[in-house]
Amino acid sequence: MVVAPAPSERAPPVSNDPVRGTTLTIRDVSHRFDLEGQPLPVLDRISFRIGRGEFVALLGPSGCGKSTLLRLVAGLDSPSAGSLLVEGEEIEGPDPSRVVVFQDPTLYPWRTVWSNVALGLEARGQLRTHRERIEDALRLVGLTGFANAYPHQLSGGMSQRAALARALVNDPKLLILDEPLGQLDSLTRITMQGELVSLWQRAGFTALLVTHDVEEALFLAGRVIVLSERPAHIKAEIVNTRPYPRHRGDPHLAELRHQVFAHLGLEATW
Amino acid sequence: MSSVVDEVSSGPKPALGFLASPAARSLIGGLAAAAAWLAVAVLIGYWPDKPDSDWAYTDNLAALCGALAVALALAAFAGVWFAGLQSVRRLAPWLIALALLFAAWETVTAKLGLLPLPFFPPPQAILEVVIDDRARLGACIFASFRLLATGYFLGAAVGFVTGVAIGWSRLANYWIHPVLRFVGPLPATAWLPLAFFIFPSSFSASIFLIALATGFPVTVLTWSGVAGVNSAYYDIARTLGAGQRFLVLKVAIPAAMPHVFVGLFMGLGTSFAVLVVAEMLGVKAGLGWYLQWAQGWAAYANMYAALLIMALLCSGLITVLFRLRDRLLSWQKGLVRW
Repeated sequence: MVVAPAPSERAPPVSNDPVRGTTLTIRDVSHRFDLEGQPLPVLDRISFRIGRGEFVALLGPSGCGKSTLLRLVAGLDSPSAGSLLVEGEEIEGPDPSRVVVFQDPTLYPWRTVWSNVALGLEARGQLRTHRERIEDALRLVGLTGFANAYPHQLSGGMSQRAALARALVNDPKLLILDEPLGQLDSLTRITMQGELVSLWQRAGFTALLVTHDVEEALFLAGRVIVLSERPAHIKAEIVNTRPYPRHRGDPHLAELRHQVFAHLGLEATW
Repeated sequence: MSSVVDEVSSGPKPALGFLASPAARSLIGGLAAAAAWLAVAVLIGYWPDKPDSDWAYTDNLAALCGALAVALALAAFAGVWFAGLQSVRRLAPWLIALALLFAAWETVTAKLGLLPLPFFPPPQAILEVVIDDRARLGACIFASFRLLATGYFLGAAVGFVTGVAIGWSRLANYWIHPVLRFVGPLPATAWLPLAFFIFPSSFSASIFLIALATGFPVTVLTWSGVAGVNSAYYDIARTLGAGQRFLVLKVAIPAAMPHVFVGLFMGLGTSFAVLVVAEMLGVKAGLGWYLQWAQGWAAYANMYAALLIMALLCSGLITVLFRLRDRLLSWQKGLVRW
């Protein structure tokens, strides 16, 4: 922390480099679980492609298999059929360029916020060379004063910010967000949505968000992929070209929301 | 005593406010305890022992109680200025209760002779043992401690490593788990006859037994701790590029530590039991042996002295382990009832 590294060595967790993000191609992916000997199909021939630096949301009813798809993209599980490609190369396992932010912050309770954020660097033996990134990431999510706090001392929103910092410190090319705001109260949630957009705009990573909140999907994503009930297949794809920063009262978003509800079979509630 | 309170409280603070302050309460508590022990000293020193008894250390005991009273009074006054000494207040009720108990013991033994001898010696008889037999007792404490420490550390270390191995590796689980299941519940003392002729010395046999008694609970609890780690912790670390080594050392083990400590506590408890049994039956040294030897000579005062020392030693070691846990697991403070 004392010795300032040379500018060339210093890679901040975010930059304005537009080509930082990665492409993701999902080709005919099917997946099933084995439930007491019975195969339980979860994903049914899902195919889509995400461009560099895009923000895509996967929207679907609870338990439809969205999170399963994310685990496949993260490399934590392998699909039963089909292939997932990052920059044209098959995903074979977890990689720090693809980082997941889970619904539950799952910070390690025995580590301070600082050491939780340091986790990725420590695991890859880069703590000594990239130490300053931890401060940067904490500043980015507004947790500078909480470096020495333990997770149980943080509120739900702060924990999720810490989890976000833990992901961003690794300078991911693809940020995988598994309902990251799902457990927050509605006010914190609205604030964090705005922060997520500005983080994404500054960092230029590709973002894949799973959510069951239609409003959240439309507020954040450039493209919303609507999934069906289990086994999930793609029902519709809605392109959202509204410029950022978006406004919740935008009538165009309301129109898109109507469309999404129709695809989910919920027109009656409109 | 009231003049003392007045004197201290004659500062800028109103007297009533001072009386309610923690400093004053610790002062009053400490002085009450000191007065109780002073009374015990007076009782021992001025009430003559029962005629025809020859307790050599009655005066020494009275002096000791008096010294304790002076120390308590000093601590009580020091507590007014040093907040660290105000714990005297918390201890005061216990100190007074102990003084009463001590006085009662002294009265029914040395002073009135109501309890039969040699089974119920007075406190000064135990003091006599501690002073006159200190060389032998010291050697026994050292021998017991050496045996216990060696066996416990060996058992805890092996148990910890085994527990992590079977919690982590399927192969280790397959081979070690059945052995553990079969051999583990066997009380370590059941190995005693076998151990004493298999091992070259009774010392090494006892180390083996103590290690065995410690190792089993440590293994089982470390294993259950490692096996019970939230799988999301591993997912997080894996997506951040962690290898197996990191997952074991930096995720599984720290997450399992609360369980490991439960195992260490249980192991320490059983190791005491095995230590004493081993010393009584085979090892010709240590406090367990001393107990046995004292009983052989019907030296009951020696037995009480050894028991007292043993209790201090065991509770001291448990306290040390508690302190260690408090340091290592302080992160749990906000999560569990501490």
